[in-house]
Amino acid sequence: MNTPLIVSLLLRPATAASLSPLDWELAIRQARAANLIARLAHVLEGSRQRHHVPADAAMHLLAADLVAERQRAMVDWEVRCIREAVPPAVPVVLLKGAAYTLLGLEAGRGRLFSDVDILVPRERLAEVERALVEHGWTVAEMDAYDDEYYRRWMHELPPMRHERRGTHIDVHHAILPDTARVRVDNAALMQRTVPVPGHDGVLALDALGLLLHSASHLFHEGELDNGLRDLFDLDALARQALATPAGLAEAGRRAASLGLARPWFYAVRYMTMLLGTPLPAHVHANARPGQPSAAVLRLMDACYRRALRPPHATCSTAGTAAALLLLYVRSHWLRMPMHLLIPHLARKLWRRWFEKPTASVEPGGADGANGANGAAKT
Amino acid sequence: MRLADLEAPALRRLLARGELLLATPPFVVRVTSDLPQVAEALHFLYRDFGVLPPDRFSDFRVEVRRVSGVRGWLKPQARFSVDGREAFLPLPQDHAPVMLEWGLNWCVVAHAHQYLILHAAVVERDGRALILPAPPGSGKSTLCAALAHRGWRLLSDELALCDLRTGTVSGMARPVNLKNQSVELISRFAPEARFSRSIAGTAKGTLSLMCPPAEAVSRVCEAARPGWIVLPRYGAGEATTLSPIARTECFMEVTEQAYNYNVHGAAGFSGLARLVGEAECFRLVHGDLDAAVALLDALAPQTVKTER
Repeated sequence: MNTPLIVSLLLRPATAASLSPLDWELAIRQARAANLIARLAHVLEGSRQRHHVPADAAMHLLAADLVAERQRAMVDWEVRCIREAVPPAVPVVLLKGAAYTLLGLEAGRGRLFSDVDILVPRERLAEVERALVEHGWTVAEMDAYDDEYYRRWMHELPPMRHERRGTHIDVHHAILPDTARVRVDNAALMQRTVPVPGHDGVLALDALGLLLHSASHLFHEGELDNGLRDLFDLDALARQALATPAGLAEAGRRAASLGLARPWFYAVRYMTMLLGTPLPAHVHANARPGQPSAAVLRLMDACYRRALRPPHATCSTAGTAAALLLLYVRSHWLRMPMHLLIPHLARKLWRRWFEKPTASVEPGGADGANGANGAAKT
Repeated sequence: MRLADLEAPALRRLLARGELLLATPPFVVRVTSDLPQVAEALHFLYRDFGVLPPDRFSDFRVEVRRVSGVRGWLKPQARFSVDGREAFLPLPQDHAPVMLEWGLNWCVVAHAHQYLILHAAVVERDGRALILPAPPGSGKSTLCAALAHRGWRLLSDELALCDLRTGTVSGMARPVNLKNQSVELISRFAPEARFSRSIAGTAKGTLSLMCPPAEAVSRVCEAARPGWIVLPRYGAGEATTLSPIARTECFMEVTEQAYNYNVHGAAGFSGLARLVGEAECFRLVHGDLDAAVALLDALAPQTVKTER
């Protein structure tokens, strides 16, 4: 399987000088599909290759820069609003894109996202929801089944949207559903946090926590439109952690103690295999307890090698559709026991195949400008 | 090469292979289509636009294709997608030309954040832009079509592209979307105006597309400095009036018509303030096209008759 152009360009930005106009067109298309276009702009800037970008392609990167910069400013403001809304006694822990961005991590540069994810203690969940509603957020409209599904089985509230600002928030009380096969020690995860600079009373998971949460998220996810972007997050988080004195020496043990040995193993494996992340041998060795059986591993290799590519026609290979379907089914299997899974999945697949999505017909919708592409996670 | 230089079969072949690179400056669009309606509409509406070799960079890759299968056979439908992703629900095949127009607008609005994009019609005279920002139904396309045949150069009937660094405004000089009542009005007003066949039953009623004047297309790369901002409102049977308004009031209404004002943050605020500051601001209530055009025409007395 060939390496997609966007991946090789992100990994070896010096190759920018040799690209033809059609190569640039392809790189922009793949980058856009994979939600990596602002990342590409940042990587080319950081490696001083931006001047090799022809003027017409450069415009797309400039537009992406503006969107990323705007999101950075917006997430800063949004987190202030969230902190003000949530009662002071409740700790607010930022997850994913918002955390990377506000902690100033490399993974946050040029990281596009469509919502702010926060983690709060489960026993404060009702209180948090009430406070957010009082401050202008509303629960997304969905049918009774989906709402019930979120509240009963998921590890997060149904997505909420701020009425005036149009921004989205996902409120988590755990990083995986209670029904999941993997039991995560959420309390232990929340104990190792760092303060977010400039935001009193706002926390984020520590470097290892971010890395392990990212791994658990990606390798439990069933819809992998952002899979490659998430793998690049892992790569950036791992490289940055390796540059600290503590490095990743504790990663394997911490993963095991949290119940995340398996996703950590996959993270190590696919970062290395697909992005060439330079992880020391001891990291590989310490991740090995999470390794599945040889047969499962062969299957997972076959799936993830196909799924962790840009969701773009030019990156689709024989078996991509089958791999994506398998990972979709697997994600549900990991998420809930069989007696819940079968009726749920039957319903979801039916809806996915037979009910047409209702798309916007006209330009001018609010989404055009913010570049959001939020997908329901049910 | 201009699109008009292509023979119809050559155009259809390029469209089928996805090798038609249409230059609608500042963008290049790669169009793929297997629909004769699209080839015909392009040939008619885009005749004066440039065509580039297929190995050049294109900004957007759009496809308008027939929907296959039983559903397509029962009721022939067309699907619009941008680089493989469907942007709208399928529409009847004869809507394909307007679908392409809406789709191109969507591409620009969703991606071209290097500009501050206003939902506005724009025409130009002597290097100064007359900008008509307004919500749908305010008659801006009709005014724009009329002005485009009265010595004003057409920039756009729908999207004003504001370059915040230079403070200039440009448009793509693409075809003008008109509802059928407006087509009658414009045909009477400017008998030389040429229209595509009318398309019934679209989300906006019966529509036709008006060919952009050849001069507007050949000068599409010339940006203009802001001259006048006129906020139009159509009032059937009302007296036609053009009244000056405060720049602050105008500014607030223009932000309402900006697609990506939020993307630009502080630079958007100061850039738009500069744009509005450089322009004279008016509110137009129009019930009569001739009267409205006369009032707008008087804003910029023509020094040289540029009409063909």
